[in-house]
Amino acid sequence: MTHVVVDPVTRIEGHLRIEAEVDGGFVKDAWSSSTMFRGIELILKGRDPRDAWAFTQRICGVCTTVHAIASIRAVENAVGAVPPPNARLLRNLIIGSQCVQDHVIHFYHLHALDWVDIVSALSADPAKTSALAESISDWPLSSAKYFASVRDRIKGFVERGQLGPFANAYWGHPAYVLPPEANLMAVAHYLEALDWQRDVIKIHAILGGKNPHLQSFLVGGMATPIDPDRQASLNAGSIAELKELAAKARDFVTKVYIPDLLAVASFYKNWAGYGGGVGNYLVYGEYPEDDAAKPALFLPQGIIRKRDLSKIEAFDPAKITEHVKHSWYEYAAGDDQGLHPFKGETLPKYTGPNPPYERLDTAAKYSWLKSPRYDGEPMEVGPLARMLVAYGSGHARVKELVGAVLKKLGVGPEALFSTLGRVAARGIETQILAEKMSDWIDQLAANMARRELRIHDNSKWEPSSWPKDCTGAGFHEAPRGALGHWVHIVDGAIANYQCIVPSTWNAGPRDAKGRRGPYEEALLGTPVADPTKPIEILRTVHSFDPCMACGVHVLDASRRKLAEVRAS
Amino acid sequence: MKKSESRFDAELRRRGVSRREFVAFCGVMASTLALPRSLEAKIAAALQKSEKPILVWLEFQDCAGNTESFLRATKPTAAEIVLDTLSVDYHETIMAAAGHQAEEVLAKTVKDKKGEYIVIVEGSIPTGANGAYCTIGGRSALQIAREVCGGAAATIAVGTCAAYGGLPAASPNPTGALGVADAVPGLKNLINLPACPANAENITALVVYYLTFKSFPPLDQYKRPLFAYGKSIHDNCERRAHFDASQYVEAWGDEPHRTGYCLYKMGCKGPVTFQNCPQIRWNGGTNWPIGCGHPCIGCAEPDFWDKMTPFYQHLPNVPGFGRAANIDKIGLLATAGVAAVFATHGVISMIHRSTGPKAVETPPPPVDPVEKVEKGDRP
Repeated sequence: MTHVVVDPVTRIEGHLRIEAEVDGGFVKDAWSSSTMFRGIELILKGRDPRDAWAFTQRICGVCTTVHAIASIRAVENAVGAVPPPNARLLRNLIIGSQCVQDHVIHFYHLHALDWVDIVSALSADPAKTSALAESISDWPLSSAKYFASVRDRIKGFVERGQLGPFANAYWGHPAYVLPPEANLMAVAHYLEALDWQRDVIKIHAILGGKNPHLQSFLVGGMATPIDPDRQASLNAGSIAELKELAAKARDFVTKVYIPDLLAVASFYKNWAGYGGGVGNYLVYGEYPEDDAAKPALFLPQGIIRKRDLSKIEAFDPAKITEHVKHSWYEYAAGDDQGLHPFKGETLPKYTGPNPPYERLDTAAKYSWLKSPRYDGEPMEVGPLARMLVAYGSGHARVKELVGAVLKKLGVGPEALFSTLGRVAARGIETQILAEKMSDWIDQLAANMARRELRIHDNSKWEPSSWPKDCTGAGFHEAPRGALGHWVHIVDGAIANYQCIVPSTWNAGPRDAKGRRGPYEEALLGTPVADPTKPIEILRTVHSFDPCMACGVHVLDASRRKLAEVRAS
Repeated sequence: MKKSESRFDAELRRRGVSRREFVAFCGVMASTLALPRSLEAKIAAALQKSEKPILVWLEFQDCAGNTESFLRATKPTAAEIVLDTLSVDYHETIMAAAGHQAEEVLAKTVKDKKGEYIVIVEGSIPTGANGAYCTIGGRSALQIAREVCGGAAATIAVGTCAAYGGLPAASPNPTGALGVADAVPGLKNLINLPACPANAENITALVVYYLTFKSFPPLDQYKRPLFAYGKSIHDNCERRAHFDASQYVEAWGDEPHRTGYCLYKMGCKGPVTFQNCPQIRWNGGTNWPIGCGHPCIGCAEPDFWDKMTPFYQHLPNVPGFGRAANIDKIGLLATAGVAAVFATHGVISMIHRSTGPKAVETPPPPVDPVEKVEKGDRP
């Protein structure tokens, strides 16, 4: 038995530590620990709820829109503000472009180097690389000359002797199985994606002033004025720009990302047999398509248990609990039961080893993450959960694309419940959203044309218009999964605030009953050829797209109980 | 490589960049930095050196927003910096190695390149719980910062969290978070590049400045480079004429809002915020917050989470003045120069929540970069 520690897990957002027992070449047990804490909910207490989105937005600068969205929805739910249709469309465009850009960055810049060997790319034949690229896509950057220039650029970089961010990695590890040409093609697209992400996110600059940390969110709507007859508003020129950027986003996804994903996956089909995890999936649903109190959602809400796609259960917010048995917090009545988040009462209490340390005591508390549970069960959230719920709910385009991907790889639906399944689901979702963006732009233009210019519900802006004591919840599907914010407002100020975040669901430690979280469960059975170079552990952990800064939060430090909350 | 061509020219050619484009880029960089045109050649020379300076990027109590901002850089791009300009030996978000292999790289750089490498720090440094609020590889952020920044040629605190503590240090500062200057006192060549996040173009401009002059630009009393933080948002705002004409947005989406009137009454902190957003804007010059109809939240100023909130409350009425007088007063203070920020901040903190005084170091007198270069401190 070998004890493996991976700390820091790099190519993620935030600070994550994985400890694992490896025996006979496979992971026998695993522990996921988040090693950073800021206490943002404590900082929010007593502040103006209209400011909360800017504070919570800074939980994460990678998925830079998600906590702002969840926050304004929670406060709107509490005070009764109803954003007008244009605000819904602007938000859908912001959320959708965030998801598309974030997923592509994840594939190329955070996850690819687990599958792609840069050193091997140096020995690729540019002509063969060109033939490979042209056999899978009509993307124009595909000539032998182009791939030769990429290879030479990397060669020049390596020959200068300073490997920078590519130093001391696992190059040459037997787990890398792509031929040199596939490696070179992927490296070329790694570089292209760096330029692409910078350009397409201008959608956020147009709609939010800047990225990261867009600044156009408002409780009750959006700050971006719309007026076809004004230079200082979104107008016909902005629509044209948005369309161009959305087309650029869709083009790269369709012609580069998806073909690359399928090409790489075809060499790693054995990873459909690893990383299955807890097999339960939770989705809040996203992209309201109308302005009803319970709007139709483009991607549906639902629960899947024990991988049963034939039964999509309705989501009930009352069934969420959180545990702290193995987290560096304490509950007043003891740490053995889970508490509903409305009754959350946590205080940070670090009981781990003083730094510097070698090992965590995983039998005791070992993470700054809590362990959320739904109806007592650990749940996986994220693109795989969303695609499975949409598939099970009969979403036509999702069914079509999932079917096409499975057919292309020659695997059955059971392959979805795996490390490879997560990678594929993220790609399918990106394709679906990249296609959807132009609909929302068209709807915005149509509103503009008929002079529907409202962007904000001014009737609930002043705190004097709010109930003296109110509570609200805001639900959102972030790129990494189901996100919820809950707020309690008294006399116009935040009395309590809490977030339950995708990476808390996925990366949380064991609960009071000793059940592993989704990362921990997914790592069981993962092969590890060389415990000193555990690249396989990274593959499965990265397939969840960890976002640790998001995951760590504090609930109610004053131990005040929250009143009943109206769920949105 | 063609026979008469230098190695640098060959690299330019391989990257599809003409000589002419390269020289034009150096001109743009000179103007971002507000340098005389005569220094373009110096910038070009510095960028052509084949030995790449080493950069180590540390992340502590952060959101990776500054890392993401850096990835949006256009002049030069992140890819050019990572592959061609600097050797980015350690950066958790992008590096291929993980775990002990990653930490080995850092240890080797700190040991072998002592006094030579540049550190960028992103995120605040917690001092509570013996440092357990942020550990990497089992070591606390404070332990890492002391060692790595202590051996660096220079430390750049990027973003408001690293510069001044930022969001984690906002009242009641649950983890005892500090900016680099307060957590590791006495560092040589410390530069703050605040804002939430720092603008990519300012990050790259600072890097280019350093490569060009082998020195750092003159700073204000908050250790911010004057080239990026020397003027208030308000002074350079495209809506300034509406302020001067007392034309204000009164409600979100009203006609003045759609027309682009001044956002002062909606809470804009432009008059007391010093940064170059109006000129360089964001995301390759696409837009900026005021350009999309939302007030400035003052994110480049120390303690803005406490001193600039509530964000939608307009700047405070100074006791003894009416509102109109107050607007003019603050406008005048802002134009009077950096020192006026103290006065204005003093007023704001009096009215808003107080988090207690923070030590402000006495700044060195600003050094004119041109003068310094001409005196022989050449790259």
